[in-house]
Amino acid sequence: MVCEMETDQIEEMDVEVLSSMWPEDVGTEADKQFNVEKSAGDLDMLKEVDIAEKRTMADLKRLPELMNSTHQGSSQLTNLVKQWEYMQDHAVRLLREELKILTRQREEAEAKEQKIIEEHNFESQEPENVPVLDETSDLFRRFRQKKRDKLVDSKTIEIDEEFDTVAYWKQKALSLEKMLEASTERERRLIEKLNESLKTMESHSAPVEELTQNLKRAEGFLHFILQNAPIVMGHQDKDLRYLFIYNKFPSLREQDILGKTDVEIFKGGGVKESEDFKREVLEKGKASKREITFETDLFGSKTFLIYVEPVYNKAGEKIGINYMGMEVTDQVIKREKMAKLREDNAVRKAMESELTKTIHITEETMRAKQMLATMSHEIRSPLSGVVGMAEILSTTKLDKEQRQLLNVMISSGDLVLQLINDILDLSKVESGVMKLEATKFRPREVVKHVLQTAAASLKKDLTLEGNIADEVPIEVVGDVLRIRQILTNLISNAIKFTHEGKVGIKLRVISEPSFASDNVLNEDAEEQNGLIETSVWIRCDVYDTGIGIPENALPCLFKKYMQASADHARKYGGTGLGLAICKQLVELMGGQLTVTSQVNAGSTFTFILPYKVATSDDHSDDQDEFSDMVDHQPEPDDTTEGYFQFKPLLGSIYSNGGPVMGNNFLPHKVMLTSPLKLINGFITDSSNITGQSETVQVENGCYMDESRLETRSAHCPEPGHQYENGNGRCPSKETESCSSSQASSEGGPLEMDSELTVSSHREEEKTETDLQETSKPKILLVEDNKINIMVAKSMMKQLGYTIDIANNGVEAITAVERSSYDLVLMDVCMPVMDGLKATRLIRSYEESGNWNAAIEAGIDVKTLENEQVCVRSTNRLPIIAMTANTLAESSEECFANGMDSFISKPVTLQKLKECLQKYLH
Amino acid sequence: MLGLGVDRLQADINRLLTSLFHQGVLDEQFLQLQQLQDDTSPTFVYDVINIYFDESEKLLRNLRLLLMDREFSDYKKIGLHLNQLVGSSSSIGARRVRNVCAAFRSASELNNRPGCLRGLEVVEHEYHYLKNMMHELFQLEQQRLLAAGVRYPV
Repeated sequence: MVCEMETDQIEEMDVEVLSSMWPEDVGTEADKQFNVEKSAGDLDMLKEVDIAEKRTMADLKRLPELMNSTHQGSSQLTNLVKQWEYMQDHAVRLLREELKILTRQREEAEAKEQKIIEEHNFESQEPENVPVLDETSDLFRRFRQKKRDKLVDSKTIEIDEEFDTVAYWKQKALSLEKMLEASTERERRLIEKLNESLKTMESHSAPVEELTQNLKRAEGFLHFILQNAPIVMGHQDKDLRYLFIYNKFPSLREQDILGKTDVEIFKGGGVKESEDFKREVLEKGKASKREITFETDLFGSKTFLIYVEPVYNKAGEKIGINYMGMEVTDQVIKREKMAKLREDNAVRKAMESELTKTIHITEETMRAKQMLATMSHEIRSPLSGVVGMAEILSTTKLDKEQRQLLNVMISSGDLVLQLINDILDLSKVESGVMKLEATKFRPREVVKHVLQTAAASLKKDLTLEGNIADEVPIEVVGDVLRIRQILTNLISNAIKFTHEGKVGIKLRVISEPSFASDNVLNEDAEEQNGLIETSVWIRCDVYDTGIGIPENALPCLFKKYMQASADHARKYGGTGLGLAICKQLVELMGGQLTVTSQVNAGSTFTFILPYKVATSDDHSDDQDEFSDMVDHQPEPDDTTEGYFQFKPLLGSIYSNGGPVMGNNFLPHKVMLTSPLKLINGFITDSSNITGQSETVQVENGCYMDESRLETRSAHCPEPGHQYENGNGRCPSKETESCSSSQASSEGGPLEMDSELTVSSHREEEKTETDLQETSKPKILLVEDNKINIMVAKSMMKQLGYTIDIANNGVEAITAVERSSYDLVLMDVCMPVMDGLKATRLIRSYEESGNWNAAIEAGIDVKTLENEQVCVRSTNRLPIIAMTANTLAESSEECFANGMDSFISKPVTLQKLKECLQKYLH
Repeated sequence: MLGLGVDRLQADINRLLTSLFHQGVLDEQFLQLQQLQDDTSPTFVYDVINIYFDESEKLLRNLRLLLMDREFSDYKKIGLHLNQLVGSSSSIGARRVRNVCAAFRSASELNNRPGCLRGLEVVEHEYHYLKNMMHELFQLEQQRLLAAGVRYPV
C-alpha cells in the first residue's frame, strides 16, 4: 500500500517540480485536509499495535475490535496512517528532488569530460593507469571509457607491436591482468555500496514504529489531561453492558464491571434512572446530557452530569453507547443553595412588596379618613356660620314667609351639621382621639332630658316614656355627653321607624356581665381620676313598637352607612352612621350594645355600661360644665322620679304632614304629664306673648335647635338662653341679661365665677410653695389669662423657679401684703383692678408703710391691717410689667406708675430669663 | 399602624406646621410652647391648647351673647373679653386669631356695632380654622406617638 501511494505521489510530484523547497508548515495544512476527510482506510497494521495501558480498565481484546468496527475507531486510525503517509511522501519528495539535481550535475560534468577526452584522444596513446575512481558513476564511466580506450588501445597496441610476437602477448597479458584487477576492485566497491544503501533502506522502512510512537504520544496526552479529572468514561454495548470503562478512582475491579450493566453493578437511587436514560439515548439515536444523582452504597450520594451518545458501526447500525460522566455534586449543591437563596429572596421580595402594598393601603385609608375628618371640619365651620347667622336672623323681625323660609334653611343646615358631626364623631372614635370624661350626672335627668328633647321635635302620634328602676343610683359617674348622645341617637332612631304606639327608655341595675372582665383598662382609667367608689352596671333598653328589623339585616345593622334595606334608606333617610357611632361609643366606654327585634312588632336596643357610683362630697372640677343639665332641675323630688311620659296632643298638625299655619294651636305639641318645669316655663313664657302664629314657628325652630345642640352639647351648654335673650320675648331672661350687663361693668359675673374658683385653687398651691421654697426667690405672677398663666408657669419651671399666681390687682395686693416676694410680674390689663393701679398702690405702701391707699381703693381693710407689713416696706419690690404693646399699655405709662421694667407679650423664654437674671441676682 | 410611618407622620406634622406658619396662623410663640414641653409635662402643648379652646369658646360665646343683645352698649366689656382673647392667643402663638381680635377690639373701642359683628364673625372663622388645624395636628401627633411606640421583637 505504502509503495503504491509513494509511486502515486511521485507522479503527482513530477508535476510540481518547480517548487523545489516546501515550507515546513505546509504539512499541517495537509493534515487538516486529511482530518476532514474521513475515509476508512486499511487498518490492518494496527493489529500489531500494542496499547500499553496500566491504569485504565479496558478490555484490550475488545477495544481494537471496537476500533475496527466503529466509525469513530476507524477514522482515528485512518488519520494516524494518513499523517504518517504524508510525512513519508514529503521525505521522498525531497530526496527525489535532490537526486534530480545531482543527476543533472553529473550529466553536465560527463558532457564536459567527454569533450575534453575527445580533444586529447589521439595524443594520449598510452593506456590509462589511473587505478581508482571514487564514485561508482565515475568508475562506471571510466570503465566504459577504458573499455573503449582499451579497445582503441589494444588495437593500437596490437598495431604497434609485431603481431604474434612474444612481446606482443606479454604486453597484452599484462594489460589484461591490470584490467581484471581494476574490475575486481570495482566489484568489491559496488558490493560495499550496496550493503550501505541496504542499511539505510532498512532504517527508513518501518512506519509502524512511528505510528506506535504517535499513538503513544496521543495516549500520553490524554492521560496527562484526564489524570486528575473526576471523569468516568465508558462504552456500553446494545444491552448496556460495559465493554470499556475509564475511571480515575476505580473502586471496582475490571472483571466486576466489564460485561455487566449498571443495574447489575450498583444498587440504589439513580441507577435505574441512568440506565433508562442510556436506553432512551440508544433508542432515539441522539446524544444528550442529563444530571443524575446517585444514591448508592458504593460511593454515597453523588451527582453526575452524564453525557451519552450512541455509537454506530460502519453499516450505520447502533452497536452501543459512549458514556461520559463528570461528578458535579459540589456544583449541584452550590447551585441548589443558590436557587434556594434566590427563591427565598424572591419570596421575601414578594412579601415585602405585599407588605408595602398593605401599608400603602392602610396609609391611604388613614389618609382618606383623615381627609374626611378634615373635610368635615372644613365644612362644619362655615356651615355653623351659616346656621348660626340664620338663627340670628330668625331672632330679628321677619314676616311669616321669611320666617318659614328661614326655618327650612335652619333645619336643613342642622341636618347637614348633624351628618357632619356624625362623621366626625366616628372618625374620632376610630382614630382614638375621642377622650372620655368622667363626670357626675343623674341618670334620671339624662333620660328625662333626652325624652323631652325628642318629644319637642316629635311629629308623630307617639308616646314617649322613661322608666327607671329604684335601685339605679341618683348620681353616677360617666361620660354624660356620650351617654346622652347614644340615648338621643337610639331614641331618634326608634321614633323614626315607629309610626304608632310608644318609644321608651328603661334603666335598671344588673350584675356585672361576663364580657366586663376584659375591660380592666377602662376602670383603671377611671380610678386614676381619684374615684374609688364601687362601680355599677346599668342596663338601658330603648324599645319601640315600630316596624322592626328583619333577622337577616341584624348583622350589618351596626356597620357604617348601612341601613336594613335600600328601601328603608329611601323612605326614612339618614346616613346610617348613627348606630355605628352608638356601638363604638358604648364599646369605648367598656360596654356592649345589642339589639333584639321582631318585624312589625318593634325593636329593643340594649346597652350595658359600667358606671362609678359618685359620693356626694366628691368635688369635681368639671361640674360647671354640665351644670346646664343638672341645674335645670333643682327640685329635690325630681331627682328620684322614676317614671316619665310624654304624649303628643291629639290631632297635632304634624300628624297630617305639612306645616300648617294656624292661630288656634298651642305652640307646643307636647302634653306634659310629669313635673316638667322647664317646658312649663316655656309655655307660660310664650303664652304671654301675642301673635301666636309666629310663635309656633319660632319655638319650633328653637326646639329643633336645642335638639341639635344637645347632640353636640360639648360646645354649647347653654343654647336655649341665647335665643330667648335675642328674642326679647322672655321677660325673666330679659331681666337676667340686664342684670348681667350691669354686673359686667365690674368685671362680669361669668368671669368672676371662674376667677374665684381659679384663685381659690391657686391659694392652696401658694401655701404649699410657701413651705417648700424658702431658699429660692419668690416670684408673683399677676395675670388673669389662664393660658398666659400656664405658659408662664411652665417657662418658670424650665428656668427652675416656682411662682405664685394672682388673678388681678386686688389679689396681687393681698398676696404682696401677706408674704414677701422678690419679683412681681404684673399684667397691665386685668379685670377688677389693672396692673398699673395695683403697682401704684404697692408703691404707695412701700413709701408710706401703710395700705391706706389700697383701703381707699376699696380693698378689704381687715386682711390688710397687719403689723408685719411695716418691716418689709423698706425694700423696693421689683415690678415688671407685661404689656401687650397696645396703645393703652405704653411703656411710659408703666414707668410712670412705678414699674421697673416691662416685658412685651407674648412672653418668651429668652425674655423671661433675661429679666429674671437682671432682677434676681 | 405597623410603626413604619413615623417618619412620614413627622414629615406630615412638619409640613402642616410649616404651612400654618406660612399662612400666619401660628407664629414663633407656638414654638415656645413646644419648647416648654418636656418629659415632665409631655402633653403640655395639648393641654394648653385645649384650655385655650375651652376658654376662648366661653369668651366667644359671651361675645356673641353680648353682641346679640339689641340694647347692647357695653363695649367696655367686649373690650375686656377681647383683651383676654388677644392675650391668650398671643401666648399660644395664634397670630391670625390675635390679629383679627385686635381689629375687633379697635372696632369695639370705636363703639362700632356693625364692625363688631363683622369682627366677631371673622374671629369665629379664624378661631374655627385654628381649631381644625390644631385638631389635625394633634391627631397626627397622636398617630406619630402610636407609630413611634410600635416595637417589634428582634
